[in-house]
Amino acid sequence: MVCLKQTFDTEAKIVINSQGKIDSTGVNLIMNPYDEFAVEEGIRLKEKFGGEVTVLSMGGAKVNEVLRTALAMGADKAVAIQDPALEGSDEWVTAAVLAKAVQAIPFDIILSGRIAIDDGSSQVPTRLAEILSIPSVSSVTELKIEDKNATVTRDIDGGSEIIEVPLPAVITAQKGLNEPRYPSVAGIMKAKKKELKTLNLADLGLSAADSVTQGAKMKVLQVSLPPARQGGRLIQGEPAQAVADLVMALMKEAKVI
Amino acid sequence: MPKGILVVLEQYNGELRKVSLELLSEGRRLADAAGLTLTGVLLGQEIKNLAAVAASQGADRVIVVEDAALKDYTTGAYTSVLNRIIRQEDPEVVFMGNTGMGRDLAPRLAQRLGVGSASDCVAVTVDSTYKLRFRRPIYAGKAYAEVATEARPILATIRPNSFSITPPNPDRQAEVVEATATIDANDLQAIVKEVVRQASSRPELTDANIIVSGGRAMKNAENFRLLEELADTIGAAIGASRAAVDSGYREYKYQVGQTGKTVAPTLYIACGISGAIQHLAGMGSSKFIVAINKDPEANIFTVADYGIVGDLYEIVPLLTEEFKKQLA
Repeated sequence: MVCLKQTFDTEAKIVINSQGKIDSTGVNLIMNPYDEFAVEEGIRLKEKFGGEVTVLSMGGAKVNEVLRTALAMGADKAVAIQDPALEGSDEWVTAAVLAKAVQAIPFDIILSGRIAIDDGSSQVPTRLAEILSIPSVSSVTELKIEDKNATVTRDIDGGSEIIEVPLPAVITAQKGLNEPRYPSVAGIMKAKKKELKTLNLADLGLSAADSVTQGAKMKVLQVSLPPARQGGRLIQGEPAQAVADLVMALMKEAKVI
Repeated sequence: MPKGILVVLEQYNGELRKVSLELLSEGRRLADAAGLTLTGVLLGQEIKNLAAVAASQGADRVIVVEDAALKDYTTGAYTSVLNRIIRQEDPEVVFMGNTGMGRDLAPRLAQRLGVGSASDCVAVTVDSTYKLRFRRPIYAGKAYAEVATEARPILATIRPNSFSITPPNPDRQAEVVEATATIDANDLQAIVKEVVRQASSRPELTDANIIVSGGRAMKNAENFRLLEELADTIGAAIGASRAAVDSGYREYKYQVGQTGKTVAPTLYIACGISGAIQHLAGMGSSKFIVAINKDPEANIFTVADYGIVGDLYEIVPLLTEEFKKQLA
């Protein structure tokens, strides 16, 4: 099982519309880059041990596009969760809804990216593990599976650590885990015939009015653009003089050294 | 009865991490403004001596939990112990650093407590109704969101370098409470087999006050030695752009940008970096930016406070020499 998210392209400029919300008009949408590592790892596990890779995503009108990409890479089945009532869900609601979907599908391991490059909160996969009462290891750069146990290398500040964890578990992917493949033409053709199920809240036994969907914990009060930085001073002159002026400016004017 | 502020402290090599000192300093300021108690929590093995450091930095109380199972951080054991402490203490807010530990711990703990968590916050403010509001970057700093929650306690991970450290007061005392670790069996499933720390005399990238960063113009891995010499002269960490990392000049862990690390040092020196939007997102909140680039049209100059148009292979060694002279 791989949980993934559709995000803005990294090249996208952020624009805030008249309602004070992030404007997605004309923005190129991609699979969250860290989720690509998760999809790739899922496919590699299938190639090694057999089984099936199901990709799952909760998202907007175009979420099927990233699921098709994952199917074209080699995933077997896809589940999209789409419901207008889920727009703007916080991490609590997202994890609860994903858990509902996950519980209906048998799994040995859940893979996801370590962070989504849009909201950057890196919470949902770990919350999902807590709801499912299974262990989680985040920011993983190496995954080895033997019997019902995984040995993983996790990124920590200033180094790494090796952790043994029983399966099923939630593992979140860090860059370095693998090199994601590009979908082949044959893969893209095959993907069109693979199962892609779209579920709404009612399909999951939920409604827009129940405690799960109404249970959001965090509220976004406002989004804003960062104060525009002004380009400062170009220091002119011969290199040696320019460097001396720069050092003086940093030490005396800016006082940052 | 006003509720308190709880800070989850983090230690490295037997010292409190810089971000923990920042959280205690800011926690003290907020506690004073709102009349709250500031409590630090120390988890680990043989860490009791750090309680005095937390006291000197503003803690009123320090809860110390020493146990072999807490020596190395694991999601389960730390969640188990902190869940109990937080339920007992019932604080208004729990702060931790947005570090490798905090990012992993906060969502698991928040889910168990049934509350929300604000990730990677850069500012905390108290609004007119005395409610806490958190400012956090989204799209890696291309935009910011102000978030709040009604559920208590509020969990928040704070980005290193967001708060200034108050000078410590060694005479300050705190009540030290020693607690025993009670860990649910289900939380002991993941076992740390080995911890590998890469020995480095340089500061951790996300903690660093100064970062010297290189881009595509570095041309190869060896040329980063020029940046290392400059970095070591001024006590800086090394960073790299995605172009430099993708070209194999530097390992991924040095990458600054939307698909790497987001940093906010006091001084960021960009060498041979063009200033792609995804790089600017990752370093745009640096307090001071210096750009060195051959191309006067490079985008990086639009955000730099000071720029030198020139060849980095000429400018950087001169810069190192000049700093050596001035700092001698």
